[in-house]
Amino acid sequence: MADIVLDGVSKRFDDGYEAVKDMDLEIKDGEFVILVGPSGCGKSTALRMIAGLEDITEGELRIGGDVVNQYAPKDRDVAMVFQNYALYPHMTVRENMAFPLKLGEVPKEEINPKVEDAAKILDLEQHLDRKPANLSGGQRQRVAMGRAIVRDPKAFLMDEPLSNLDAKLRVQMRTEVARLQKDLSTTTVYVTHDQTEAMTLGDRVAVMRSGVLQQVDTPAELYQRPRNLFVAGFIGSPAMNFMPAKLEGATVKLPFGDVRLTDEQRRALGDRDGDVIAGARPEAFEDAALVGEGRERGQTFKAKVDLVESMGSELYVYFPIESERLESKDLDELAADSGAADVPGSDVNQVVARLDPASKVQRGEEAEIWLDTTTVLFFDPQSGERLGAEQR
Amino acid sequence: MKRGTREYTLWSIGLFVILAASLIPVIWIASLSLKAPATIGEGGFFPTEWTFDNYESLFKGGLDSPLLRPLINSIVIALIATTIAIVLASFTAYAIARLEFPGKLLILGGALAIAMFPPISTVGPLFDMWRNLGLYDTYAGLIIPYLTFALPLAIYTLVAFFREIPFDLEEAAQVDGATPLQAFRKVIVPLAAPGMFTAAILVFIFCWNDFVFAISLTSSDASRTVPAALAFFTGESQFTAPTGNIAAAATLVTIPIIIFVLIFQRRIVAGLTAGAVKG
Repeated sequence: MADIVLDGVSKRFDDGYEAVKDMDLEIKDGEFVILVGPSGCGKSTALRMIAGLEDITEGELRIGGDVVNQYAPKDRDVAMVFQNYALYPHMTVRENMAFPLKLGEVPKEEINPKVEDAAKILDLEQHLDRKPANLSGGQRQRVAMGRAIVRDPKAFLMDEPLSNLDAKLRVQMRTEVARLQKDLSTTTVYVTHDQTEAMTLGDRVAVMRSGVLQQVDTPAELYQRPRNLFVAGFIGSPAMNFMPAKLEGATVKLPFGDVRLTDEQRRALGDRDGDVIAGARPEAFEDAALVGEGRERGQTFKAKVDLVESMGSELYVYFPIESERLESKDLDELAADSGAADVPGSDVNQVVARLDPASKVQRGEEAEIWLDTTTVLFFDPQSGERLGAEQR
Repeated sequence: MKRGTREYTLWSIGLFVILAASLIPVIWIASLSLKAPATIGEGGFFPTEWTFDNYESLFKGGLDSPLLRPLINSIVIALIATTIAIVLASFTAYAIARLEFPGKLLILGGALAIAMFPPISTVGPLFDMWRNLGLYDTYAGLIIPYLTFALPLAIYTLVAFFREIPFDLEEAAQVDGATPLQAFRKVIVPLAAPGMFTAAILVFIFCWNDFVFAISLTSSDASRTVPAALAFFTGESQFTAPTGNIAAAATLVTIPIIIFVLIFQRRIVAGLTAGAVKG
């Protein structure tokens, strides 16, 4: 067990492409850190550099205080779980899990008890003598985990370990991974492009974008106080709604109408005035008829409902807002990554609201919607930075 | 293809013709080898008088017999050449399949070019060189030219196999604590075993069947292999052709290859089709 420190780590490939740019990240002993970002953001490259499968172009990587830049993977004492599990097909489950121990020259009589222990933890005991080809996806995934935990390494590195499982199993294994990590309290770096996994698993989440670390924080911090438009748009599902806004003294002009800023909001914004981008989470909206206390915190407006999606426990209500399209590189990139840019009609400004299932809102009808304006965040349209992010 | 359709019938006939064309000469040789010298000119497909005399005379006299020494030479030379070729080719093929290095295309292209080279064009120079170097009429004198032709064959077969093995497996092995050599030996080689068998059999057959080098670069039983030795067979008297003996020896040297291929048939087929379908 050990801490992992990335100190100004960069990766430049031979063709000049810079996959990771000057990355600083401190992972404490026993901590569960998630690297998350859209595909091609450099998160996997960062993980592979920690594993030693990729050379570090610049900067320093320390595991447990030792600079390991020049160490071969085998000398770093880390275990990795691969996206496709990378089980050795010619070995049984038992041999697969014993492989790292054998290479580590663990005495023979110690190997079997260790493998059996790991198999017990992962509920693989009855499969020990089977070959990977005869296992289900979930079982293979557990064998891959078993191979990692069996030798009690300094750190676990996981590269999208759940992405090959079907949705239901993925949720199940997610809790399994979380429980395992808590029980073993081994430092873990986990790469995923799935923000739900990131939010539910990590002690801290590191959001990356085109090789640059955007923000490292607890899931709650990331959700409530994203540093910029990209983080705000990436974290949360359905995503945050963005709309043009204009700050004028103590009021802000939103497409829904003018809203008075709270003192706290105004203070955070400093003396900023003029055009900004406002962001509201879907749950900041509510059916006006259902808002009881705290109504004065928000703004009520009328909207024509395009679509109602019922999830049972909540309603997703889509309605258009009358405003110009937002011009922002961050938002374009997010849309491109999720594929939303290719969906027809995506250039219409649409807002998704998460309402209480008791709401009587109907598709095609005009509804009265309430927005909790105290939770609205403001971003600089040019830099994408959240206004007031520095002094929090 | 369904039984009873016209297509099925046509294919069956076609396959039968090809099979017959390739098998009848083999059966013919086997049949000749069982005919007594007096009846060899009869022309019947099956011997009227069955005899094993032709086989017996091949081994008469122990090590001085016409066939025993050449048979041992053939086996030893082919085995050594195959072993060396597979070991060297697996390293080369692995590097070609896995690494980006300057000159990679040159190596592949060079190997291919050498494999296409007509052996006869190298025999003359080799004959001269080997006599000067003392390699003439030695095992090494045959193994070296065999390697030059066997290696490209083995490299090409093995590259196709190594490309099939996911790179992740090797990375997993490295993170699990393996040195690159351990990862190669314990993970890659076992997985590429079918490919290695295929390559080994192809190389073995190539060495086993060679005549051009064997006849030109040997001069005595010290290193003469079976195909070359066949050419030196003599009849009972100088007026009888050793047809029966040659037929018997030819039948004998075919048998190990047939056994080999039958045993490893499934692996060879798997090997030749590897990469065709995503596993």
